Amino acid sequence: MDYYNLMRIFAFIHLLVSIPHGYSNYVETKAGQFFSSGHTNNWAVLVCTSRFWFNYRHVANTLSVYRSVKRLGIPDSHIVLMLADDMACNYRNPKPATVFSHKNMELNVYGDDVEVDYRGYEVTVENFLRVLTGRLPPSTPRSKRLLSDDRSNILIYLTGHGGNGFLKFQDSEEISNMELADAFEQMWQKRRYNELLFIIDTCQGASMYERFYSPNLMALASSQVGEDSLSHQPDLAIGVHLMDKYTFYLLEFLEEVHPASQANMNDLFKVCPQSQCVSTPGHRTDLFQRDPGSVLITDFFGSVRKVEITKDTINLTSPVEPPIQRSGSGDIQIESLTYVDQLPVAEIIHQKPKQKDWHPPDGFILGLWTLILLVFFQTYGIKHLKHIF
Amino acid sequence: STYPSLIGQCWQAHPGSVCSKGSCGKNGTRDQFQEELVIRPLHSGDIYASFQFRTLWDIDFLQERQKVSHYRLFPKSLGQVLSKFSVRELHISFTQGFWRTMQWGQPFIPSPPGAELWVWFHDTVSDVDGNWKELTNVLSGIFCASLNFIDLTNTVQPSASFKPLGLGNATDHRFLRYATLPREIVCTENLTPWKKLLPCGSKAGLSVLLKSEKLFHSSFHSQAVHIRPVCQDEQCTSKAWELRQTLNVVFDLYTSSQGKKEWSLFKMFSRTLTEACPLATSSKIYVDITDNPELFELNPVTPLLSQAVVLGDRRTYSVFDLTRAETFGQLCSLNLLLRWKGDSDMLRPLLHAERYVAGFGLQTGEIHTVIYNNHPYRAFPVLLMDSVPWYLQLYIHTLTVTSKSRDNKPSYIHYQPAKDRHRPHLLEMLIQLPPHSMTEVTVQFERALLKWTEYTPDPNHGFYVGSSVVSALVPSMVAMNTNFTQDQPLFSSFVPVKEESSYFVRVYTEPLLVNLPTPDFSMPYNVICLTCTVVAVGYGSFYNLLTRTFQVDEPSLPLEKRLANLIRRIRGVPLLA
Repeated sequence: MDYYNLMRIFAFIHLLVSIPHGYSNYVETKAGQFFSSGHTNNWAVLVCTSRFWFNYRHVANTLSVYRSVKRLGIPDSHIVLMLADDMACNYRNPKPATVFSHKNMELNVYGDDVEVDYRGYEVTVENFLRVLTGRLPPSTPRSKRLLSDDRSNILIYLTGHGGNGFLKFQDSEEISNMELADAFEQMWQKRRYNELLFIIDTCQGASMYERFYSPNLMALASSQVGEDSLSHQPDLAIGVHLMDKYTFYLLEFLEEVHPASQANMNDLFKVCPQSQCVSTPGHRTDLFQRDPGSVLITDFFGSVRKVEITKDTINLTSPVEPPIQRSGSGDIQIESLTYVDQLPVAEIIHQKPKQKDWHPPDGFILGLWTLILLVFFQTYGIKHLKHIF
Repeated sequence: STYPSLIGQCWQAHPGSVCSKGSCGKNGTRDQFQEELVIRPLHSGDIYASFQFRTLWDIDFLQERQKVSHYRLFPKSLGQVLSKFSVRELHISFTQGFWRTMQWGQPFIPSPPGAELWVWFHDTVSDVDGNWKELTNVLSGIFCASLNFIDLTNTVQPSASFKPLGLGNATDHRFLRYATLPREIVCTENLTPWKKLLPCGSKAGLSVLLKSEKLFHSSFHSQAVHIRPVCQDEQCTSKAWELRQTLNVVFDLYTSSQGKKEWSLFKMFSRTLTEACPLATSSKIYVDITDNPELFELNPVTPLLSQAVVLGDRRTYSVFDLTRAETFGQLCSLNLLLRWKGDSDMLRPLLHAERYVAGFGLQTGEIHTVIYNNHPYRAFPVLLMDSVPWYLQLYIHTLTVTSKSRDNKPSYIHYQPAKDRHRPHLLEMLIQLPPHSMTEVTVQFERALLKWTEYTPDPNHGFYVGSSVVSALVPSMVAMNTNFTQDQPLFSSFVPVKEESSYFVRVYTEPLLVNLPTPDFSMPYNVICLTCTVVAVGYGSFYNLLTRTFQVDEPSLPLEKRLANLIRRIRGVPLLA
């Protein structure tokens, strides 16, 4: 009896001791996981490269990824959205200011607070590559720049019409897979990303990631080389196909994801198998350092902020002085100000013609006079110069 | 200071101007915000709603150069733009649709289709073009529009039109820049940042009505931002910045109302009003009830009436003051209902303009601008400004101005010819319009062939030519109000009125869509294929013919003879044939 009781007490004490130990192990693994991904901010570059009303589905694709990414936490200031044509306010759209992804107009992916950074003719290969590499003219506003650093995880989504090794931009130019790989290498060398997820939904999309050679890149495509990506379903009221199959199932998958979700990349690779998509989605992870099973979806699609604790003290600058009070009324002139006459007819009629600024003569005039002078001096010789002057 | 109070059942915030701690006197700041909605039923059954949001930023102009400014109601993004680029006045508008003057009358604030931007800079600016380029880029980021396509090829410097609408006396037109992008699309992505500039955002006050799904499903939608210096008070001894955000929309009878002349706030905007913006000193709705008082029905009835002279016409308005709790009634929400039967006579607009392209083929054409003066007995001058891109080469020697089939010589002409790929044409003329007449301005042009890289991705759509601008001082039948008072409604105080007998109006014509001769863009590929084929087949065959030598080929021996030859070779004996 005593022995039995002693064993029970001993087991109970052992249990009490082991529980906090096990719990701290659990906390440590959780903390380790928290800091394992190494990124501190998230960016997204979402590009639709097709123009014209019948390519409605490409704009809907891009807007559905935009909607998911915004819902999971990435703010508009960290999203560069490029839409090559306007479908929402197109005159052929029977419901203006809407872009639907599901037939019977179930889900409006355009929303009420969308901010498109590059639109219409601005979506060109040159602008896309400049955004990626950061080599933009100095007057470009912040919302049009990809201001990522070496701790940023970037999601790049491209959709449109493509082929084996190229992606067509607006039916007039194309980007090749080699150019894209070189752009990513430039980004790597300039330390513009920590990890990059590249998703492409075009025909023969896998050809676009074949040539990547920079580290920390993971790529997904909607179809293999030699296969076409197909569109999903038309809406008879709008009259066009609303989404592509791969992005439709991707949207369905992402609607289940919430900011605290633990879904990882292996789930993403399983999205849209051949039975649903008809084409075979592909992926490439050999350049990626971490195991895809340990990469969370929210590492790229969401914006979970990580905090770094520092032990250095930072000196804050002295507070800004309040603006000087208005000086006494004695300094200001008391005469009252007036508005300008909108159409001063008499003044306009007697307006002096604007003095043209003097410009130095351009190349043609200079050349002509040089020719005349050369011919003159050749004919008459320098020695006659003193007779002329 | 603002504090909510319980009046009846609805929570209502008491409005007030935002004052700094302490007094609101001379040393304090007096930023003000006013919002207003004017609803005007049009005689065709459509309804015209015009929102105006006015923010007054009280900042000391003498100390403009200081680096830090306090922003209370004025948006910081625009304030920084004003100080960085030394802007004196800024007017930008985004419009979808075309204003039909003959059916709808004159708008309160006119705007051309697409995007229009005109800016007056301060005379301290040394490089106006550089500032203009940077300003357009910054604005394209703020408004999510492609304003960065504004460059020297579509910017003009008008010499007499577009005088400043704000305070000031010097008007050197070297500091004015005007550009228009007729192709610019307006959609929710432009409305979103526009709403963010309002002090109450889209959360309270009249801005809750701005829902994009309804606003863009209309015949006409125009949103604009106007910044100018105005008088701070009635004595007008000092200046303040005024920011006016205006949104004009015309809802169509058939698409929005199913053909019934019954309109309500809920039908137009899919929302009702529950409160005024707490930061607003005045928040009012004006409903135009001048036409047809017997057949017109307005619910709920309000005792407040106001009369205003706007655009040369005396109109009566029912006023709903949203800062008073009684306006919202028992249900704490305001939904105006307008119903009218029968037709009313519309006041025929006195000034109206049209423009079209005549001619055939892809080489030449003719631009016709027609201006109508519908006043029965008064003649008045108008200033016509035309800005034509360089790829339509105008022949100014063919310019004719005819009124009533007689030549009408303009009293002022300013013409700046275009420079290929550098500058567009600018033509400004001051024309006297005879009473009750039609004046036609025609000019012939030739279409240029662009370089193949200059074509847009969809060149067969055509190329746009911006609207012409007709500015005029139209004689008014009713005396206009020249006094500047604080209580004047916003829609009648936009354009400063200098004399009682006329009012200033600006009419925009249609933009033109012109087809340029478009090459076949697959030709370089075709040429390369054909040339390579011809070279390969033609030259290759020729080269082979010249350099190929022929040898007689020995027929192959049967197997026994080959074996015999092998043994003979080993033995060193001559081979068989």
